[in-house]
Amino acid sequence: MNRKAIKAAFPKTIPVMLGYVFMGAAFGILLSNKGYGFWWSSISALLVYCGSMQFVMIDLLSDKFDILSAVIMTIAVNARHLFYGLSLIDKYKDLGVYKIYAIFGLTDETYSLVCSSFVPDSVSKNRFYFFTTLLNHIYWITGCTLGGIAGELFSFNTKGIDFVMTALFVVIFVEQWENQKNHLSAIIGVVGTVICLLIFGSDFFLIPSMAIILISLSAVKKPLEKRLEQ
Amino acid sequence: MTQTPIQSITTILVIAAVTFLIRSLPFIIFRSNKPIPPYILYLGKVLPYAVIGMLVVYCLKSTNVLAYPYGLPELITVVVIILVHKWKHNMLLSVGGGTALYMFLVQCLFA
Repeated sequence: MNRKAIKAAFPKTIPVMLGYVFMGAAFGILLSNKGYGFWWSSISALLVYCGSMQFVMIDLLSDKFDILSAVIMTIAVNARHLFYGLSLIDKYKDLGVYKIYAIFGLTDETYSLVCSSFVPDSVSKNRFYFFTTLLNHIYWITGCTLGGIAGELFSFNTKGIDFVMTALFVVIFVEQWENQKNHLSAIIGVVGTVICLLIFGSDFFLIPSMAIILISLSAVKKPLEKRLEQ
Repeated sequence: MTQTPIQSITTILVIAAVTFLIRSLPFIIFRSNKPIPPYILYLGKVLPYAVIGMLVVYCLKSTNVLAYPYGLPELITVVVIILVHKWKHNMLLSVGGGTALYMFLVQCLFA
């Protein structure tokens, strides 16, 4: 049973492996440049397991010790994860023993794989979700650790390497676009966020964007549901 | 290291705990033993599309279109990724090739 689920999950996670190893390596290199040994990167990857926040964490660690800032920054950067749980309550409802881990490991990339992957009937969906989360976590720990080690040994030009995440989301966006019966939700997501970015600036736009997306989707619920049923 | 090891590990643990709490909150609020409200089921269907759109914009948030290179590396790479992906539907090629192209653009062409 487990082997089948891993076999189904592994191919879907390959692009994330690529992204996580490079992104994780970039994180490890940056953290080691601040004087932290490679195992600090491993521990961060194991416990925090959140790409964007770990990059912010490097700034927090380079500044004076301040728990309140750490809490506020984490809420600001990760509030988008509230959406993920909200849209997975149904999918994750029978996850049982895997549930706490799957929720812990609900990163942007794991979320997008869980939402977009077609799971064959012969494979347990719950195990598929669990192994997708676990494989991605392993890639992330590996990438962060390798980067930490590399950062202690060499110096090299990683400028632009973080674009790997953008590339991944653009590709997922294209794939979803092709599979949608109706593009309204995707358009609301892009346009609403761009408007908030222009109004609120790049430090504060995420929470207003989430509010606008929720309000807009609620406003179009009836017509959109009708369209989706056709 | 600016912070002591104890302070560093505390910072890391606090970030880890808050991140986990945010990820769990919806599951705590909507316990699965009760029937899920239809509104939440609707959001589960449509929200993922909007969220990925939001994430694409989020990734590009630091792009400055008013100063050199005017967001050109981002624009070129995103267009190439969309075209290559429509053409081949190969995730590795689109993601790996796109990243390599972007790194070349910001390190060499628009350096």
